[in-house]
Parts: sequence; structure tokens; C-alpha cells
Amino acid sequence: MSDRILVATRKGLFTFERKGPAAKPWTITHTDFFGDNVSMVLHDARHGHIHAALDHGHFGVKMHRADEATRVWEELPAPAYPPKPEGLEENDMWGRPLPWSTVRIWALETGGSDEPGTLWCGTIPGGLFKSDDSGATWRIVESLWHHPDRPKWMGGGADLPGLHAIEVDPRNSAIVRVGVSTGGMWQTDDGGASWRVRGKGLRAEYTPPEQAHDPISQDVHALAQCAGEPDRLWIQHHNGIFHSEDGGETWREIEDVGVSTFGFAVKVHPKDGKTAWFVPAIKDEKRVPEGGRFVVTRTQDGGRTFETLSRGLPAEHAYDLVYRHALDIDGTGRRLAMGSTTGGVWVSEDGGESWIEAAGRLPPVYCVRFMAS
Amino acid sequence: MMPKVVFAPALQRHVTLPPVKVEGATVRAALDAALDGNQRARHYILDDQSALRKHMLIFVDGVRVADRRLLSDPVGPASEIYVLQSLSGG
Repeated sequence: MSDRILVATRKGLFTFERKGPAAKPWTITHTDFFGDNVSMVLHDARHGHIHAALDHGHFGVKMHRADEATRVWEELPAPAYPPKPEGLEENDMWGRPLPWSTVRIWALETGGSDEPGTLWCGTIPGGLFKSDDSGATWRIVESLWHHPDRPKWMGGGADLPGLHAIEVDPRNSAIVRVGVSTGGMWQTDDGGASWRVRGKGLRAEYTPPEQAHDPISQDVHALAQCAGEPDRLWIQHHNGIFHSEDGGETWREIEDVGVSTFGFAVKVHPKDGKTAWFVPAIKDEKRVPEGGRFVVTRTQDGGRTFETLSRGLPAEHAYDLVYRHALDIDGTGRRLAMGSTTGGVWVSEDGGESWIEAAGRLPPVYCVRFMAS
Repeated sequence: MMPKVVFAPALQRHVTLPPVKVEGATVRAALDAALDGNQRARHYILDDQSALRKHMLIFVDGVRVADRRLLSDPVGPASEIYVLQSLSGG
């Protein structure tokens, strides 16, 4: 059971701890990078490190790392793209040169338990980076960046393509799945030496009909793999919810979800791959809770049925949207936490049945992570 | 006489960069000299391709530099080079 939560926001990194009174158990105990845009945060329990990605706007993307005990932050080199070859013409959707430069850190994950120094980092405009020394240095994963299909990736969640989800297979650290908006789900079986796109059964409804099942056209919003049942994966997609029972080879679209199939976040139970949580919103031009009623949905049977969970959540005039990294679950599967675009943070200690408001007026929340004990 | 490079106060919160006089006949040469050995500061001003960051500006003697990618604009021995953040990007 995790008693600490990191919340990365537009104006700083906040740490919540469960040490308050029963009526309001979660309280902010640390504020780091006050006023700065913290786009991503990661707790690496293997080393007691906290990694924070900052986007200074003018001055670019920066990476910082602290020991969780001292909270003394050190700036480390951010992932940087290799020199763009002279004469290479590669444009974005508007015909402007695609920047070979880190625009945003959009995913940050630890490697497997047998790779103590390994970190993976996904970025906009689509580059995947790997570190073998806990973030002291980074190198781009050339095999994916130079894959002949990579230039087909498009903007989706942002103007430029972005690699926002990284799942290291718990059975074999060399198997890594990544999600791209927009570029589908990609998998390496050899630690990043080679890649293939997967996603049979994913469906896009924003493309010409003949491209609806093109795996590269799929706008994966979030990807979640069950640690205890790694063949069970979930995708929250731009126009639907999909579940795989075979490690991502094939996907089943789930349409009857009670509220809406649109959303950004999904989390799966760490042991039971049939149980997953979503935070729905009106698709996709609106992107607010239906009827101003903020709810979470949960399936416990692999998507056959869904429950709408609302106890403790605002029931009217709530316009909170939960971004793709702003829902988390702890190692027990009982505690969940989420943060919204309008600065609400809620924690559930009963698998989503009920929620406690931990904060109501934070800056827009980009990432929520439990700190493993 | 050598061109003088002055860095915006907003940068100083992150990296200490006092005004400095350096050799250099172009903005690139002067900036390279001013940031020599300071890779961290360099990344606050230049992107991964060593072009001027999207929301940064450089003025030479009051004129905004035209070549943001190669920074080939000429500078004279008495030039003043100001490295500033733009109003966009905040």
C-alpha cells in the first residue's frame, strides 16, 4: 500500500502523503519546482530516485533527479536528438520541417527488475530514448526513429507525433511495448534493436474508411499492461476502448461501457488483468464529463460489463478531464489516484468505489504517480 | 574591441551567465565562445540541432537576427549581442 503520491502540474511538483486526519488523510508535504511546468515525473524505487521533466517553454525541456530522502535536485542532460542529416527533408503535418529536437518528455519508465540502471523515455516529436545509468546520459533508440514507417506518424494529442506510453514486459525486459499518438502500438522483442507495429483489431473512425484498421493510424491515448497477467493489455484509444488477451497481437473493441468510450487514461489491476479503470468524457470535440458529472468507470470482467463509480466525485458542473498520465494505481490494486485539468486530485482506497478529494485547486495536473514503498 | 554578449535576466535563474566579451565575426562564433565549456547553458538557448530555440531571440546592435538556424548574422568588433526570451513561449 503506497502512502505517497507525486503530482506533476503546470506550476510545480507536489507530493502528497497519507498523514492527515481521517476526514482529509492526504496532505501536501513537498512542493518542488514551484511555478515551473512539470510535464512528467517518475519514482524509481530501485534507487530511491525521483525524476522530473520540466518544460521551461523558452529554455526548453530539462531533466532533474533527486534522492527521495534528501530532495536535493540535480539537473541532468535531457534526451537530445542526433544531428539531422543535411538535406533530409522531413516535414510535419503543416509542411514545416519536423524538429529533431526534444519538444516534450511524454513518457518516462523504469526498465525491468534485471536492468537496475535502465530508464526509457518517450518524447514529442516521437523519439524513444534509453538510459543505462539512471538518467545521467541518454541515447535515442535509432532502430525506431529510423524505422521506415516512423515518418507516417502524425500529430494527435499534440501537434507533433508523441510517444507517450511505455510498458516493459514483466516476463522479459527485452520486450517493450510503446504507444504513439498518432502511430499505433509498437513492440520490440530484443531490447529495442528491432520494432514492429501491432494492433490487429484496433479501429480508427477519423480516417478514410479503407484505413480504419491500418495499425499506424491508431491514436492510442494510453496503454496498460497487467503485471500479473501480462498477456492482458488495455488501450484507451481516441475513439474506443480495446482489450487484448494475447499480449497485444489482437484487440477486441469494447463499445458498451455505460458512459463514454472517449477518454485519455486507463489503468489495469496489477494482478487481475480483467479489471481496469477509465475516466470517460464526451468525445472528442468537447472533452468534459458528460452532464458535468465527473465519474470513473470500471470493468471487472474483461470489458463485458462496466460500472460507473462516482461516490466522492463532483456530481455537477465538473469539467475535469484526466490526462493520460494522471491516473495511477498502487501495487495492491486497491488504491487509485487521479488529477484533473482543473486541478482536482482524488484518491480511492477501495478500488474506485469511493473517492476522497485530496486537493481542489491545484494547477492543471499532467501526471500522478504513487511512490512505491 | 570585441563583441559583447549579454544574457537575459530570466536565464540567470537557471544558469549564471554574466556579460562577456568574446572574439567572433558571426553570432554563432560569438555565442560558441561565450558558452564554451558550458554545455548546460548552451541547451537553455539552443535546441538539439544547435538552432536558436523557438521562443528565444537574439539581437545584434538592436536588430533581431535573421538566421535562427545557423546564426550566421555578422557581428562587428563593437557589437552588442543580446540573448533574450521572446514574449511567446511562456
